[in-house]
Amino acid sequence: MNPTATSKASGVAPNAAAPPARGITRATLLKDLRLEWRSKDAINSMLFFSLLVVVVFSFSFDPSAEESRQIAGGLIWVAFLFASVVALNQTWAREIRNQVLDAYRVSPAPPNSLFLAKALGNFVFVAVLETLMTPLFIAFYRLRALGPAWQLPIVAALGTWALVVNGTFFAAMSLRTRSREIMLPLLLFPISIPAILAMVQATTAILTDESSARFWIVLLVSYDLVFTTSCLLLFETILNAE
Amino acid sequence: MDNTLRLDKRVVFWVKSVSDLSHACASGLEFNTFANYNPIDLTDQSPVIAVTDLIKQFGRFAALRGVSAEFEGGKFYAILGDNGAGKTTLLRTLAGLNHPSSGKVTILGADKFHDICHQVGYMAHPSLLYDEMSGMENLAYFAQLYGIAGSSRCAEVISSVGLDPELTRPVGQYSQGMRQRMSLARALLNDPKILLLDEPFSNVDIHSAADMVRLLAGLRDQGKTIFVVTHQASLLEGAADEFVWMAEGKIVGRTNELRPPEPLA
Repeated sequence: MNPTATSKASGVAPNAAAPPARGITRATLLKDLRLEWRSKDAINSMLFFSLLVVVVFSFSFDPSAEESRQIAGGLIWVAFLFASVVALNQTWAREIRNQVLDAYRVSPAPPNSLFLAKALGNFVFVAVLETLMTPLFIAFYRLRALGPAWQLPIVAALGTWALVVNGTFFAAMSLRTRSREIMLPLLLFPISIPAILAMVQATTAILTDESSARFWIVLLVSYDLVFTTSCLLLFETILNAE
Repeated sequence: MDNTLRLDKRVVFWVKSVSDLSHACASGLEFNTFANYNPIDLTDQSPVIAVTDLIKQFGRFAALRGVSAEFEGGKFYAILGDNGAGKTTLLRTLAGLNHPSSGKVTILGADKFHDICHQVGYMAHPSLLYDEMSGMENLAYFAQLYGIAGSSRCAEVISSVGLDPELTRPVGQYSQGMRQRMSLARALLNDPKILLLDEPFSNVDIHSAADMVRLLAGLRDQGKTIFVVTHQASLLEGAADEFVWMAEGKIVGRTNELRPPEPLA
């Protein structure tokens, strides 16, 4: 071991400036994607869970094309909601294994960079799940949108963000509780009711073309703005709570 | 320390801060209070850490019961005591991870840990590393949290603890001793002035532990202040400048030799 190597630090200023928040968000996001790529903990569990929901419901109800359009909105989003809880629990589980979160807390990195990176990471995981599962939903339920199908990706993106931004926040909140796997759905589901309602109604409106999805999309945008801002404002308190 | 001298130093600090601010504004630079934070110009005799009436409670249990102490810069402190004496709680409070229930902690002249966090290195009993990534990948990530660009610094600290920076094996497959060394490398990454190390020698073989002690003594000789919480006090005999003895949430004595003070003897 060589103590001299550590003293004349190359490129380490004694009073280093605060690191850029955007760079830390990017680094943390890439780190999370790399960890997930290696472990595949979240994505495998989510995929198997969603697959089970699709198959079980399809065989249980055997709906006609018209019936499918009426129920698919609720079915799809309930499947994604439950599946995303798996990813949300995994996100912070990695950080408390070996107490790595403490290493982040003692660093000058801003807490919100960590929150944004985690939320974006979860968004990517759930978006991958949706991309893989959507063709299966279409095949099993013989779905064909009668309304403006181009609105579906918008609803999916807004709805997914609504789930992951709150989910990431409440998963962090339940991090230090004894039964956090149970605690997360108990906290997340009630507060997500307006978003879930908007997602289901917007999807059903687009699939059936019986009404406009515009109101529900605006509601989702408002929900996302309010909860993203609230979570960003409160996350530092959650991170440093004992 | 003499109160007049301390007051003089605070005045010098404020004058210096105002001078820095006016200089930054005059030269048209973007002024960032965090980046330009300059603590009191401490001499070797000034305390780098001052703890006053520190109490830390977890529910009804008081882990720290009124700790008051001053620690000078450039010294190697060994914090000793039985299980439950409050050693780790004291270290975590110094690292800003535990909030004091009451009392005050001043580090490098700052009351808020965040103001001086880039001057402090912290090593906990767990590794604080991601098991799925290699040592180099771990350190490259943590380097970015401190705004350290490039991988040369990471390679430098990994080599300094006697590990190979080229090792691609994930940390989860390291031996406990290797993991401890990599954890020490992470704590050294930002070239901190103060090192807070919790049980750095646990599960490390005697030769590696002796190497780590030599490394830490070398860092002390370069002016860094080192705090080591350990149950293997004999390893630090001859290397540590002071042994701080804790019992029941209090500092019960400070000795220059590995000899318990009267109440514990």
